This record gives sequence, C-alpha cells and structure tokens, in this order.
Amino acid sequence: MKYVVALISGLLVGAALFVVGLFLNPFIVDRGVSPLSVTDAQVITLSYATVPAESIVYTNDGESLQPPHPEKVLQLWEPSIRMTSAMATVVRDARNQVAGIGVKFMSNSESTRLLRGEAIVDSVWYVYLPEHGSMFIEQTENYFPLIREVAFPAWRSSANSWRGQWSGNLTAGPGALGTAKVSGGSGKLEGLSMEGVESMTVKAFSAETGLVSADGRLIIALP
Amino acid sequence: MRDSTRELRCGETVLLKTFFVGVVLGLVAAGGALYAIPAVDQAREASIVTVSPNGGNAEIFHINIPMDRVMVGAPEQNVAIPPGLAWPSDEILAGVRAELFKIRNTRDTVVGVAVRTAAQHEGSDIIDWVLHLPARGSLFVNMEIPPREGGYRLGEIRSGSREFGEFSGFMTERWVVNKSADEDAPTGRIELQASYIGKLEPLESVE
Repeated sequence: MKYVVALISGLLVGAALFVVGLFLNPFIVDRGVSPLSVTDAQVITLSYATVPAESIVYTNDGESLQPPHPEKVLQLWEPSIRMTSAMATVVRDARNQVAGIGVKFMSNSESTRLLRGEAIVDSVWYVYLPEHGSMFIEQTENYFPLIREVAFPAWRSSANSWRGQWSGNLTAGPGALGTAKVSGGSGKLEGLSMEGVESMTVKAFSAETGLVSADGRLIIALP
Repeated sequence: MRDSTRELRCGETVLLKTFFVGVVLGLVAAGGALYAIPAVDQAREASIVTVSPNGGNAEIFHINIPMDRVMVGAPEQNVAIPPGLAWPSDEILAGVRAELFKIRNTRDTVVGVAVRTAAQHEGSDIIDWVLHLPARGSLFVNMEIPPREGGYRLGEIRSGSREFGEFSGFMTERWVVNKSADEDAPTGRIELQASYIGKLEPLESVE
C-alpha cells in the first residue's frame, strides 16, 4: 500500500514540477521589440483601457477570470462562442484625447501550444476614428508571456495578486515579423493595407478578477 | 537487531525509488498529456453554405431582435442596453452608433458575434459590419448608405481573417418584421446574406 502511495505522490510531484518547469523554461523567450517601434513610416498610436470595468462593455461566458461589465450585459454562453469575449472601448490618440471607438473580439485559438510557449488568441478589432475613417485589424496574439510573468506569479502569491510593471507585445501574427494585418475601410484609410501591433502594460493583476490596472496600445503603421 | 535495521533501510530505499519513478512518470505523463490533448477545442456548428447560381457561395445569418442585442451604444438613449451602460459623451462620438449582437445561422443556433457601426462625421456616412465566427474567422464589410429597391442594403466584403481571408464578395442586410403571434417571438430579425467569391489571381504562364 505504501508503495502505491509513494508512486501516486511521485506522479503528483512530477506533474507539478512539469507545470513549474513550463513557466520557468528559459528556452521560451519573448519576441522582443516590435518591428513597428523602429519603423520610419507614419504611425497612428491609439491607447485604450484593458480593464473590463473601465471599458464601455466587456462580455464573455460569465465564468472566466475577468467579470463582464456592466454586470447585466448579455453573456456569451452558447457553445460556439463560449471561448470568446467581446469588448467595446474608447480609443485615445497620442495626446490622450478621445479619437474614436474600438470593438475587439477575442477567441481562444486551437493553435495554442503551451509546450512551445504559445497561448494563442485569435482576435479582430474594428476601430472607427471619425477624423480618419474605419479599419479592421486581424491578428493572432500570444498571451503566454503575460501568463508566465504576471498571472502565474499572482497565482503563487499568498495575496493572490501581482504588482509591478510588465510591458509586452501581444501581437504574434499573421505577419512574418509578428505584426497584425490592418485593412482600411472608409475615410482617409479606405483601401489601405497596413500593419499593426498591439501591446499592453500591466501594473496590477489579481488571480481572482484578472487585470486590475492595465493599459493597451495599438500602433498602426501607415503605408 | 542488525538484520531488522538493514531490512528497514532496504524498505525505505525501495520506497524512495518508487517515489522517484513516480516523479519521472508524472513529468512524462504531464508532458504527453499537454502534447496530445488540445488545450483549446472550439465548438463547431456545421456551416450552411449554398452555391449561388451566378457563382460563389452564399451563407445566411440572422439576429433576433431584441434578444440577441448585447449592446446599443449611441448618444442620448432613453433605455440603456445593457442596463448600466455609460456611453461616452465626447463630441467626437456624437454621430456614432455601435451595436453588438450575437449572430445565428439558419438553424437559429448562435454561431458568432458581430458589431454594426453607423456613423456620420462632417458629411461622410459609414455603415460597417464585422462578423466574428470563433471557429472560422471574421468578415469586415462596408455597406452602401442608401438602401436598394426591396428594402435591403448592399455591402462589399473588404477583408477577412482565417477561413474568410481568401474571399471577396458581398453582403446584404435587411430588416424582417416578425409575423408570428407567439408571445416569446422576436419583434423581428436582421438578416445578413453573405456571398463569398474567391479572389481573382493572375493565371500562371503556360509554357
């Protein structure tokens, strides 16, 4: 009997060690600096609130880490959209003035490979800027660095929270250099094909309610 | 006495070895499970696509009003949808109306989410749709402003992601009033018919 207990204990410890090793794996590295941060092209920089309570509307299946906002918003509980969240938010320009409205749809991707350090989300943005026009942003995002460096430490912490400064690019494709594909729809942007990168800065995270203090940024390089 | 001590030590060693074998097995099992079992498995609804007589494929979606409305964002609304919605009062957004919906296929099953934006700014009007079907991809459509004869509005597919990345085509929107007398019936539905056409590519030179 004691050998069975020892074997089971070993199995559990082994599985736990694997999980810890996965998050501490030094061979999984971030992509580093975004190619758009060194571009000569003219860029549109937009910032937005990523904390659900600071958005206009945020909804998901109602059982995920981040709570929907407002509380009584229709939830996405149906099987085909259960792994999807939707957010509508105000987007601000580089001078922190309201520049327009942005809607983001995010769905967990089947191309997620945690062994390779890829927690992939397929997402699209619709952004309408009255002064410029509308655009559609298509991207795959990798949340593994955020999970590894923010969410996992928050989960390990006795206070179930994390405080600090984490900045990183979320966009991982579909562009070869890890950029998003941006299509202009109307106004000055009509017909333009552009590239973009979405990044996030997190200052506080709770293992119980998700992002507490964070900002997002979209950088769109004009052709 | 000596024998029993040796026996005890031998038993402890075997126990320790069993534990370490368990650790190795645990590592291998966790790695194997993570490799073999998909971390994400999206639920899929079979697409209901018909072949159009003049080429391309057609797919019809609809939105039951009011039950599929997630958000109606517009200035100075009497009733907030959802309750508690605080739409920004900034002047630059004065002419913007953005609505979020769940979208359904012809079997009346929810298959995705969508946003419709209608805006007026300095004499230029836009009506845009983005349809997001999680297991398939997304569509971005620019609609014409004036409706066509028959009460529908036509739009052009400007861009798409994943499954829809290779398509161009059109989409129509129209409002269909519900004629059912059922108490739970919707007041009507927004019907969206997408026509997908493969993008034209240059013919390869034949030697």
